[in-house]
Amino acid sequence: MFVHLRPAFVLLILMTVLTGICYPLAVTGVAQAVMPAQANGSLILRGDQIVGSELIGQNFTSDRYFRARLSATVAPDPKDDTKTIDAPYNAANSSGSNFGPLSKKLIDRIKADAEQLAKESGGKRLPADAVTASASGLDPHISPAYAALQVARVAGARGLPIERVAQLVAEHTEGRFLGVFGELRVNVLKLNLALDRSKP
Amino acid sequence: MTAIGWLQIGILFALVLVCVKPLGGYMARVFQGERTPLTIVLGPIERGFYRLAGVDPAKEQGWFAYTVAMIVFNAAGFLLLYLILRLQGFFPLNPQGFSAVAPDLAFNTAISFVTNTNWQAYGGETTMSHFAQMTGLTVQNFLSAATGIALAIAFVRAFARSGAAYVGNFWVDMTRATLYVLLPFSVIVALAFVASGLPQTLLASVDVKTLEGAAQTIAIGPVASQEAIKQLGTNGGGFFNVNSAHPFENPNAISNLISIWAMLAISASLPYTFGKMAGDTRQGWALLLAMLVILVAGVGIAYWAEAGGNPAFAAFGIDPSSGNLEGKEVRFGVVMSALYAAVTTGLSCGAVNAMHDSFTPLAGMIPLIMIKLGEVLPGGVGSGLYGMLIFAILAVFIAGLMVGRTPEYLGKKIEAREMKLAMFAVLILPLCILGFSAAAANLPFALESLANNGPHGLSEILYAYSSATGNNGSAFAGLSANTKWYNTTLGISMLLGRFAYIVPMMAIAGSLAAKKRSPASAGTFPTHTPLFVGLLIGVILIVGGLQFFPALALGPIVEHLLMLAGKTF
Amino acid sequence: MASKLQAASLFDPAIFWRASIDALIKLDPRKLVRNPVIFVTEIVAAVVTAIFVREFVTGSGDPAFSGQIAAWLWFTVLFANFAEAVAEGRGKAQAATLRGMRSNVMAKRLAVPGIVDEAVEHIAADELRIGDIVLVEAGDLIPADGEIVEGVATVNEAAITGESAPVIREAGGDRSAVTGGTTVVSDWVKVKVTAEAGSTFLDRMIALVEGAERQKTPNELALSILLSGMTLIFLIAVATLWGLAGYSGTELSLTVLIALLVTLIPTTIGGLLSAIGIAGMDRLIRFNVIATSGRAVEAAGDVDTLLLDKTGTITFGNRQATEIIPVAGVQEKEAVEAAWLASLADETAEGRSIVSLAQEKYNLSATAKSNDMKLIVFSASTRLSGVDVGGHKLRKGAVDAVLKFCANEGNKTEPANFRGAVDRIAQSGGTPLALADGARLLGVIHLKDVVKGEIKERFGELRRMGIRTVMVTGDNPVTAAAIASEAGVDDFIAEATPEDKLRYIREQQANGRLIAMCGDGTNDAPALAQADVGVAMQTGTQAAREAGNMVDLDSNPTKLIEVVEIGKQLLMTRGSLTTFSIANDVAKYFAIIPALFVVTYPELQALNVMHLATPKSAILSAVIFNALIIIALIPLALRGVQYRSAGAASLLRRNLLIYGLGGILLPFAGIKLVDLTVAVLGLA
Repeated sequence: MFVHLRPAFVLLILMTVLTGICYPLAVTGVAQAVMPAQANGSLILRGDQIVGSELIGQNFTSDRYFRARLSATVAPDPKDDTKTIDAPYNAANSSGSNFGPLSKKLIDRIKADAEQLAKESGGKRLPADAVTASASGLDPHISPAYAALQVARVAGARGLPIERVAQLVAEHTEGRFLGVFGELRVNVLKLNLALDRSKP
Repeated sequence: MTAIGWLQIGILFALVLVCVKPLGGYMARVFQGERTPLTIVLGPIERGFYRLAGVDPAKEQGWFAYTVAMIVFNAAGFLLLYLILRLQGFFPLNPQGFSAVAPDLAFNTAISFVTNTNWQAYGGETTMSHFAQMTGLTVQNFLSAATGIALAIAFVRAFARSGAAYVGNFWVDMTRATLYVLLPFSVIVALAFVASGLPQTLLASVDVKTLEGAAQTIAIGPVASQEAIKQLGTNGGGFFNVNSAHPFENPNAISNLISIWAMLAISASLPYTFGKMAGDTRQGWALLLAMLVILVAGVGIAYWAEAGGNPAFAAFGIDPSSGNLEGKEVRFGVVMSALYAAVTTGLSCGAVNAMHDSFTPLAGMIPLIMIKLGEVLPGGVGSGLYGMLIFAILAVFIAGLMVGRTPEYLGKKIEAREMKLAMFAVLILPLCILGFSAAAANLPFALESLANNGPHGLSEILYAYSSATGNNGSAFAGLSANTKWYNTTLGISMLLGRFAYIVPMMAIAGSLAAKKRSPASAGTFPTHTPLFVGLLIGVILIVGGLQFFPALALGPIVEHLLMLAGKTF
Repeated sequence: MASKLQAASLFDPAIFWRASIDALIKLDPRKLVRNPVIFVTEIVAAVVTAIFVREFVTGSGDPAFSGQIAAWLWFTVLFANFAEAVAEGRGKAQAATLRGMRSNVMAKRLAVPGIVDEAVEHIAADELRIGDIVLVEAGDLIPADGEIVEGVATVNEAAITGESAPVIREAGGDRSAVTGGTTVVSDWVKVKVTAEAGSTFLDRMIALVEGAERQKTPNELALSILLSGMTLIFLIAVATLWGLAGYSGTELSLTVLIALLVTLIPTTIGGLLSAIGIAGMDRLIRFNVIATSGRAVEAAGDVDTLLLDKTGTITFGNRQATEIIPVAGVQEKEAVEAAWLASLADETAEGRSIVSLAQEKYNLSATAKSNDMKLIVFSASTRLSGVDVGGHKLRKGAVDAVLKFCANEGNKTEPANFRGAVDRIAQSGGTPLALADGARLLGVIHLKDVVKGEIKERFGELRRMGIRTVMVTGDNPVTAAAIASEAGVDDFIAEATPEDKLRYIREQQANGRLIAMCGDGTNDAPALAQADVGVAMQTGTQAAREAGNMVDLDSNPTKLIEVVEIGKQLLMTRGSLTTFSIANDVAKYFAIIPALFVVTYPELQALNVMHLATPKSAILSAVIFNALIIIALIPLALRGVQYRSAGAASLLRRNLLIYGLGGILLPFAGIKLVDLTVAVLGLA
């Protein structure tokens, strides 16, 4: 056993230097040099202000904006740090709801949200992403159907013609990779930025 | 289910199969010490490592010395990682100023990464400094994977050799697995990840003012480099709490495709390496086929169940056509989530791009079954192959007699000693999973950790111990596992699941290597035919799976029936 | 092949009663512990019995249910014991017959060994010591195993072999061994005792047949480990189920958990395993082959290469004349007549074959022998035989010997087609005999090794099974090659010496092959010992019989093939029933799991695919089926699964379909049927 000690510790140190320091630093160097936009988090600037990352969803509550999906992220309770409070789209602490399919809390939540949204939808079937929480709590996307559901409300709040808003949605609907992979989706932050640009 | 959904699944598997032969053949060359295109660059580094470590690469070890070397190396790795976690406050590259990780969590995490489990009882972005992520976690991502590959290669040599006393040199196999296989592919995949949108920076976070004027702190860091080895080494330990569901770990369909491909590539190619080294590649293809048949069936069931969605939702006027989206990302939908879930658990990867806890019962049962079947579909890098070979030995033993000869696999007789050791290895899974689950299910303080009531709560417990013992690392994440009970018992499960399996497995390797290899004839039990593939599948399901049927009946199966009956908890 | 030692029918009443009693005796836990699966069953049966008694006395619980479960668990154990007892019983019946022959024999021991016609002392056979020399005369039973040191006798060995025709035993050579319990029919011999009472061949045979010396064979041992491991796994699964059920507040009674355990552990194969092994030995015995260990029977199934002596196995022991070729200028009739005359007095098989060839093929009518015939007997120095008659010196013999004879008579030329005929015969693997009348060469007789009719097909079958056949012969390579190709063997060793055989076996074994061979001579002994399966002929020497691990009482070397088949059948039976037993578990889960939890979760009724009447009847039915299947499979275990010589792939396909798929499906029907019966009888 003692004959193994030297190779064990020497190789462990060498491997730590190689794979724990050289490897990530080299990748960081190349990434920062060649692909700085992605390497730094695909940030979106408005003027010189960082308004977000195109990959990270934001919480929208105003009727003037398209709403994103439900987020189950939390933050430490400022009053008692052993507890947590709801903090949607807390990008420092990703989390899903982890409700099981038979969870009464889940069913009750969906029932309440569905009743609320039913008023907006005018009796049409609700898209599933409108009432379900995302896995990360930071999902930047909604489905085109959920966006369509919100067009009238946003147009009304902003005083824009419905067609104009619907057109923006269509422009921001991203297709499948190579027409096959992934799902049709709308990036909420980018869509809302476009709304702000078209009529602040 | 849609045609385009199945097309995505089909193309992904095609992309994996295409690389089996070149990658498997490459690994065979690497571990047989032949020259490869990378030798010119890596050869000097390799030789330098051996010189500094005092290793004579030409000197081989018997199974016992090989195993002891592996254990000493892993114990050293555990010690170093534990110290890094406990002392991270004193090290640089700690922009968030995290303090020491608690002792029980550090114990659990160190075991978790050394055993290639990568169970995470913590949220990465709220617990670990960059230094700990890089020099602690990323290093063990490499080394635990390299350990697995080395062990598998030693096991393969036991079949390839006849009357041999040695199975290889652990230091050489481990070093070569890291240098020639994991590192170069990680560099390529990491850069591909950055190109697809993953961040790679030493910053800790970006402060943002949102469109609605709120402050948002976005955690960031050297994500791509850790993701690459996390997938390639079937580690699964994410940079962020929600793992590959996080948009920075897995921003789009391209990164998702690369992720799944990368976690499958090495494990799917190793059977070919086995066939190549044992002198009959058909044997490797047969193992791979058996693995993939069960895996694809699992993908299909999970996809079917998720696409069907939760009938309770439909009752509230929700369109069922996009399936169950609770705990899923819109960019992946049900197809990519179900595929990812089945693959990550068929492998012992454990990365997730959706919350398994929120899957419909039968879809959630698939990952659970995949893990319980022993992580051989196709399993973790290396561990999947040796696990599968143990199953092949069992299949040959049970049914081999039916051709009128005492059982043999690849010309090696399977006798009492091998059977004793194999049964010892096979016992670990039910002992840890069922034993600890039964205890936790009756301990009030363990039940406090549950996020869900009813049968789903039991599933959360079963999933945790399955994941730990199977060295998977994924979770029904609602379970608050960062408690003394779970950190300790899950840590023990991970240790036993890894090493209590490896030791008898290596003893079998030693015993098989020493046996003469008898030539095949028309009377030899054929182990490369579709019939054997079917038999192997049957043995995996019946011997590996049947013992868990009662537990599954009380968890996901009854939950499914209750869902159809409209019950809630 | 007629059975010599008559096999008792499967459920011969005598055996049946004897086995039933033995099944009870075998309940002794000290004996049962050798069989872990059944041992566990016995322990839990005792536990359920205790539960039943408590419930019955206190009036709590459901004694009717636990009582029935307890009863069926005991039946499970008893049925397993019964299977073993029946298998043993058949051997015991045979042993009893053998024991009858070993009556108290008196021996005539020579007072002074070595001195002929000295006084003999009469002592009981069991007082004989190794090295004693006994006189055995016509009508005497041979008192012990031994070697003939002097004399020739015909011996009736029917007691051992069942063969009524007496055989010749003589001092020296390969026919010198005699077996205690056989009878000298004519003449007398002096026998040197080689085994003491209690360890004679007959004693060993009785012990083997009875199964008293039975030890687990290597594969049986490995299989037991697998079965114990699976028992342990299911023990864990069932024990933890109690805890997992506690999560949903379900209280599971010990009785139902035990019922689940017993149905899941592989009781079927566990109960039948030793019966299968005993039955395999038994099948060999009925083929008149005694294996000295079960290990040898197992090895027979694994054999890769059969080493077969040419003579007697592949060809009829003796060469036969098939053709008489006259040389140019000689009438066929003259040559045939000369051959016939020259062979009339030749009592060897070759000589007789020439006579019958002349009479049958060439229609030579037999005429009486002339009185003036002078026989010339074959001698090793002249290598000629023949007859001097009416001034003709008719000779036949080896070609060079006859040529020399002719030369001496004054003729040194060979007729035109003589050499051609000789060469042609030699090329075809035959032996040419030259025929001469004085100085005149008349022709050539073609002696041929005649290959047995059905042997080529048998070798074809063996090849399909993946077994190579190698012919061993003393012939020269040319002759050997010709016969090898005619018989269809895969390889041959020509001009073989015993050392060649041994070397060949070692080479093959070094390459990982298993070898079977048979032999009878003392010089075969090393090879017999080295081979994985060495079948010694009963007629062979004591050394050969000690070296081999099987003895063929019929001394029929062709039987090696059957021995291999019996070995394979034994292994196939074991594998098929193991697969069947494990596959059974699927249905049992579907019977019991819904029954256990349907109270807590009524929705689990959906898993009750067999629509079993009530939870209790479901559990009871599974337990009953589990017990009955052992009884139902006893005939199969004893008879062995149907054997066909085919490649491994097709055997596997067939057996996997029957015992794998069948093992999954059959219990669904079986349990349903039992459940219907249970419901009709109102048992639960």
